[in-house]
Amino acid sequence: MSLAISAIKYVNEIKNGNLTAEEFISKTFERIKKIDDNLHAYLSLNDNAIEQARQIDKRIKAKENVGVCLGMPISIKDNICVKETKTTCGSKVLENFVAPYDATVITKLKAEDAIIIGKTNLDEFAMGLTTEFSAYGPSKNPWNAEYVPGGSSGGSAVSVSAQECIASLGSDTGGSVRNPASFCSIVGFKPTYGLVSRFGLISYSNSIEQIGPMTRTVEDNAFLLNIISGLDPNDNTTIDNKNVDYLSNIDAGVEGKKIGIISEMTKGIDKDVSSATNDAVSQFEKLGAKIDEISLEMVEYSVASYYTITATEAGSNLARYDNLRYGFDFDLEGYEFNSYITKARKNFGPEVTRRMILGGFVPSAGHAGKYFLKALKVKNKLTTEINEVFKKVDLLIAPTVPILPFKLGEKVDDPVALFLVDINTVTANLTGKPSISVPFQITNGLPIGIQILGKPMEDKLVLQAAHALEKTTNLPEVPI
Amino acid sequence: MTKIGLEIHCQLTKLESKLFCPCKADYRGFEPNTNICPICVGLPGSLPRLNQKALEKAALISLALKCNIPGKISFFRKNYFYPDLPKNYQITQFDAYGPTSMGNNGIINIEGKEIRIRRIQLEEDPGRLIYEGSSEKTQITLVDYNRAGTPLVEIVTEPDFESPKQVRVFLNILVDLLENLGVSDPVLEGAIRADGNVSIKGGNKVEIKNVSSFHDLEKAVHFEITRQQSLADRNIPIELETRQWDDRRKITVSARSKEEEQDYRYFLEGDIPWVILDPKYVQNLQKEMPESISSKKDRYIKQYQIPMQVAEVLSSDKYYSDLFEQSYNDKNAKEIANIITTDLMGFVDTKEKRVQSKLSSRHLSELAAAIISNKITRNSAKTALQEIVQTGKSLSEIISELDLGQVFDESAILGVIDEVINEEVNAVNEIKEKPETVNFLVGKVMKKTKGKADPSITLQLLKSKLGI
Repeated sequence: MSLAISAIKYVNEIKNGNLTAEEFISKTFERIKKIDDNLHAYLSLNDNAIEQARQIDKRIKAKENVGVCLGMPISIKDNICVKETKTTCGSKVLENFVAPYDATVITKLKAEDAIIIGKTNLDEFAMGLTTEFSAYGPSKNPWNAEYVPGGSSGGSAVSVSAQECIASLGSDTGGSVRNPASFCSIVGFKPTYGLVSRFGLISYSNSIEQIGPMTRTVEDNAFLLNIISGLDPNDNTTIDNKNVDYLSNIDAGVEGKKIGIISEMTKGIDKDVSSATNDAVSQFEKLGAKIDEISLEMVEYSVASYYTITATEAGSNLARYDNLRYGFDFDLEGYEFNSYITKARKNFGPEVTRRMILGGFVPSAGHAGKYFLKALKVKNKLTTEINEVFKKVDLLIAPTVPILPFKLGEKVDDPVALFLVDINTVTANLTGKPSISVPFQITNGLPIGIQILGKPMEDKLVLQAAHALEKTTNLPEVPI
Repeated sequence: MTKIGLEIHCQLTKLESKLFCPCKADYRGFEPNTNICPICVGLPGSLPRLNQKALEKAALISLALKCNIPGKISFFRKNYFYPDLPKNYQITQFDAYGPTSMGNNGIINIEGKEIRIRRIQLEEDPGRLIYEGSSEKTQITLVDYNRAGTPLVEIVTEPDFESPKQVRVFLNILVDLLENLGVSDPVLEGAIRADGNVSIKGGNKVEIKNVSSFHDLEKAVHFEITRQQSLADRNIPIELETRQWDDRRKITVSARSKEEEQDYRYFLEGDIPWVILDPKYVQNLQKEMPESISSKKDRYIKQYQIPMQVAEVLSSDKYYSDLFEQSYNDKNAKEIANIITTDLMGFVDTKEKRVQSKLSSRHLSELAAAIISNKITRNSAKTALQEIVQTGKSLSEIISELDLGQVFDESAILGVIDEVINEEVNAVNEIKEKPETVNFLVGKVMKKTKGKADPSITLQLLKSKLGI
């Protein structure tokens, strides 16, 4: 029995009686036990998973109604609340926070009989793109354990890539799903802003982030999106998608579609990534798409705008971690409120601290005009620009990350260099567009992903194009 | 010239749930920290769910104060650290991109003077801090989040008041208006609070915070005017600052400078999308608006010939006007207005008494009918009313229990008068020199009839009998 099967295949195997949920999950746990000490995809595991699988098998046998996931093991980034489960956000500040409720996406997955197998590692509060800022140590890239897996949903990407689960949910604020998907050679999707409920996702920069599926195939991604998307009364920002079926017609192809290559995201990048991008372009041409080079001038300022806006929102979203209502043991004696929270907040790691300080500064009176308000202007201009471009093309492509995966420790002390790795991914977040990363090549043993962006609420078209590109590839199995 | 402005906070106590979650809007009477949920204590991952009814109530207030309501409104985060603020930011409204709060540019008339309303905004109330002992010396501060997230409407006036008295008159009118709209219950502690700001001679504006009652606000404003005037007289500059009202010493004291330098880093609350307020939505609300106090007053005067002062009392108190509206008809209106404003007021002068009162509108109509048809005297009616308020028994039951019925007619009264004249020889003899003695005799008759004789008829009969 192979653990390297897609979600779709898993469903078929269970339905055909070739596999039981218990068998599969037990094998998965064996593999986790064997490899995860090294890879560190998981922060915690579900002790009841095998029992849950057993119950689902029983119900399948008794021909009862069972949800479409049929006991499929799914891992969850540890900034998404799962009831009665520790949800740490990769931070010491929440090391003992046990969520008293399920995020909407978790409620939906459970209703479809998915099994939450464990919670995955991330950069503290999803701030970072290597998992090196996790308070619990970094995850490692299964393609080469000396390399970073990308982030912030690095643990999720590793768990899927290394066959420690079938699929995962991550969150994407500026590329946190797509970047590790690219680095670990899996499919990662950031849907249109508002397509998936954020209720239960611990906010970092709430105006631009989305939960997204991380899977082995594009079909799997559409399968999960069918489950988790849609209007949610608990999240006022969700949009009614009229129950679109993202899986149907997934092989519609791209013939006759107009695709733009974003020149600002393809110039001056790593040469291997550049050549992979050119290959992707010719594949799309072969599939009958019409390719045009387009320009988004505001991309140059997008990273600066992104970090200013996210710092501002993070400064506000993380202000609640004053250790008053929940948190860690801390002597109350002798502190007045302000000095108490100052001391409590010393438990934040370096990257969060950096962004909190930035977040206190850039929107403050006297500085907002120079930083925060300017960042909002860039965001608006970028949105106008990309909307104009989308009048002429159906889709946009670019490499997901302009460079290859790098080694652990290589950039951790250079925050600005790290920030710039986000240049190709933040545009989708700032403008609310759907964007997917598809595994495309392995160069010298390191994965390269191609990114496809679409118009808002045209997530289905993005998935169809991604599926078409995926079919042109023949990538090796992960060497672990 | 003295300029005074106000900021009034009105809790929407008539709502079922809080502004962003299903917890009770009226948090009173709960054990501390039991009227809470993940949303109102800001647990990680929770998101606000905007209460549509709260929007409606805030829009009603805006309309009643003749404000403009913009086509779309937004919410902002006001960022500051305080233990009673679960998220360490408050979701409120702010006019950063032009007017996007619920209302702006309103007006209210007080005694012929126009007070302009600058802005009306909807926001969440924080929790409450409870100090062990006094707030200055306490070792322990406890936090109760039951109140956190309660819907609050802030009403900001322009600095149009010139005296503490105008402030008081305005607040009384405003409170009646808010109660009449059915948005808030002013009797509940902390339901309607006000802060003020004062400047004199075009000088710096001083904010006064921490005032617990309207009565104290009037005092605080008065103190602040005097303080500023005495500074000005000595040519000492008045500083732009926030001062706290010291409830014990009845003076304002300078707040710590930290609070003045507070930078709230306002920015748009991304978790709540812009709310589009269709002109139709506003028109429909306008239609549903309860009748205003002044319109009620005019109607009472014109339609039922109720005296102006009675009409004023009746219309400005929602409890009374509701009782009146439910019990009056064309015939008894005047009588009912009379019963409410002369007799009932004394029996239900506190919130507790009103809550406990067993009086129904039906009782009132019965009582008025009994008076009009002479089944009972006004005197007895008052006794019966008190009994009704306490027991809720029917009028007929009370009349028979307390023997209030059988009004004495003229011949019966004459009989009693004869008895009294016989018994009170001395008084009768004095009557020529001291005519007021007749009142003593009326009293005797009333006593003998247990108040069931009409005092004015008795007086007339006595006068003619004694030839005075």
